[in-house]
Amino acid sequence: MSVHAGAVVPPPEPREIRGPSALGGDWRRFIHLTWLIAVTEFRLTYFGSVLGYLWSLMRPLLFFGVLYLVFAEIANFGAKIPYYPVLLLTNIVLISFFQEATGAAVTAVVNRENLVRKMHFPRMVIPLSIVLTSSMNLGLNLIAVFAFILIYGVPVQATWLLLPVLLLPLIMFTAGVSMLLSSLYVRFRDVQPIWSVISQLLFYGSPVLYTVQSIGDPQLEHLYMFNPLACILTQARQWIIDPSAPSWIDAAGGFPLALVSVAIFVTLCVLGWWVFDREAPRIAELL
Amino acid sequence: MIQRHAAIEVEGLEKTFRVPKQHIHTIKERALHPFRRTEYDVYDVLRGVSFDIGSGEFFGIVGRNGSGKSTLLKCLAGIYKPDEGRIRVAGRLAPFIELGVGFNPDLTALDNVVLNAVMMGLSPKEARDRFDAVMAFAELEDFLDMKLKNYSSGMQVRLAFSVMVQVDADVLLIDEVLAVGDAAFQQKCFDVFYRLRDEGRTIVLVTHQMPMIEQFSHRALLLNDGVIDIIGDPGDVARRYLDLNLAHIETGPAGSRATVARPIGAWVSDTEGKRLDAVTAGETLVLNLEVDVRERVESPDLGIWLQMRDGTRMFYTSTRRMGQRPEAFEAGERVHLRVRAETGLRAGLYFIGAVLKRTGGHDDTLFAEPHLGDFTIVGDADYGLLEVEHDLELERGLERAPQ
Repeated sequence: MSVHAGAVVPPPEPREIRGPSALGGDWRRFIHLTWLIAVTEFRLTYFGSVLGYLWSLMRPLLFFGVLYLVFAEIANFGAKIPYYPVLLLTNIVLISFFQEATGAAVTAVVNRENLVRKMHFPRMVIPLSIVLTSSMNLGLNLIAVFAFILIYGVPVQATWLLLPVLLLPLIMFTAGVSMLLSSLYVRFRDVQPIWSVISQLLFYGSPVLYTVQSIGDPQLEHLYMFNPLACILTQARQWIIDPSAPSWIDAAGGFPLALVSVAIFVTLCVLGWWVFDREAPRIAELL
Repeated sequence: MIQRHAAIEVEGLEKTFRVPKQHIHTIKERALHPFRRTEYDVYDVLRGVSFDIGSGEFFGIVGRNGSGKSTLLKCLAGIYKPDEGRIRVAGRLAPFIELGVGFNPDLTALDNVVLNAVMMGLSPKEARDRFDAVMAFAELEDFLDMKLKNYSSGMQVRLAFSVMVQVDADVLLIDEVLAVGDAAFQQKCFDVFYRLRDEGRTIVLVTHQMPMIEQFSHRALLLNDGVIDIIGDPGDVARRYLDLNLAHIETGPAGSRATVARPIGAWVSDTEGKRLDAVTAGETLVLNLEVDVRERVESPDLGIWLQMRDGTRMFYTSTRRMGQRPEAFEAGERVHLRVRAETGLRAGLYFIGAVLKRTGGHDDTLFAEPHLGDFTIVGDADYGLLEVEHDLELERGLERAPQ
């Protein structure tokens, strides 16, 4: 039981209650909470059923199987691309991370309405814990991907060590978009259908099934590489699977042009942060 | 009271809600009408509220529905952002707007307790360290590994209340959480309140129940229409609250937007028509409802009901249900509905609600007010909520069956 009575405790410093915010001013609590919620969700998906992990691995694998059948075997699509099946699987795992996290983030804040309206906690915890859960997922899926890569006989490369450099911008970008979507959805309920369409477009508008070079027209290729996801996937190909493939900077047409995608990346991340931060104090009232 | 440092300081707190008259819910609507100015209904819910709560005080906040007390609590809890003014709190503050918010039915008690406690500001380690104490207090040691969805609702409430007690916050904000649970559990809550109070914890309790204010509070505050009506001795506050309630019944609810018809008030009386705040269990109740009719209402159906604080409806009747079908209520008419009832209800606080519908092709609800009035039934809570017609037989001197 408590030892409040009798103990001589110096009076705590009064601090101002400013209402809810994105981060809540206490970093440790913010990190504890985000981590705890993410781990809890993660465990719920994986230990909820015996086949939990297998199921969640099945999804990208099945998807991969279908696409592989259609594009590689029937349409003979990837004949000119070295290690096409491995590339396809890697791309699917990376892009599904983005799609799943952002898709879940859209409704996340509204779904936790009860919590938001009755508890004081940093609001940013909600979208970030979702991205964190998906990142854990991604980590597990990447283990399977690398197993596949080794089995398939892709030579081991030193650039594999650069994987975190690849994942960091992907996760940041996903987080930025998630913040933007989850806060917009509070005001506009058609964000969800709109986003599911955009998300599909991004799937086909990123080099998942094909490579940038399949486009053929250099100018179109440069335009295409404005998409930050395209840059990440292109770089993933060079570092993980085929060192002879162009880097994202080359594919984007050299330095000044490559900066456009960097600018879009930074803008979206900052915009997501800014919108969420601006909306956070009022979310409880808008719900 | 001994003069101590302030636990909560509130200075000039203001909070306004702007509710758009036409909601724009989609980007599509926004894009179709980019320049449409949104008009707002403006509600000044808190209009300059200032007070201090000393460390170790048990402080009550009371007020009618819509007086702004829940908004005040949410501002104190950091859930709403104040528009103006300043709130300062010394120490860790744990709000309990509702017990068990955020409990996940698919998780075990341990996971839920840790999650809940971390939300309240403990670190995960502190939360895990206190888990045993939480389960012991909730008397749930035998159900450690069970998923929460397999707990009864009573067990969930006990768990939630136990977390609240064990997180050791310096300041506790409690919003009518005692509305739940059985009599034995309520007694336990009361014991905890006494204990926390004696330990010198600062507690802010928002409630409708004047007896609780008088029983526990050192001081109390009555909020009316967004301003402090009276602050100080709990007895004075309780009396003033009852006066205001009565005045309200006589003048009708402020700001009612019903234009066709408006409920003036609902109350309980004895069979002679004398208004009562409290009746004894077993007495005949007369429920009264007065309605001002402003525009003609064709084939009206006027209903009245009794409900508990948590919204559980105990009884409902209406003109239509009892076979009365007046052709219309005329504009300018005042209608008085009287319901004589042998309810069998026992001890508790009951709210009177009323509804007026225009019937016909489809029912059109003109107003539905869940809390037009309230009254207490005085009796022994041990006998349960409901008096049940029964008889009892005791047979004695029977021969014991041979072993």
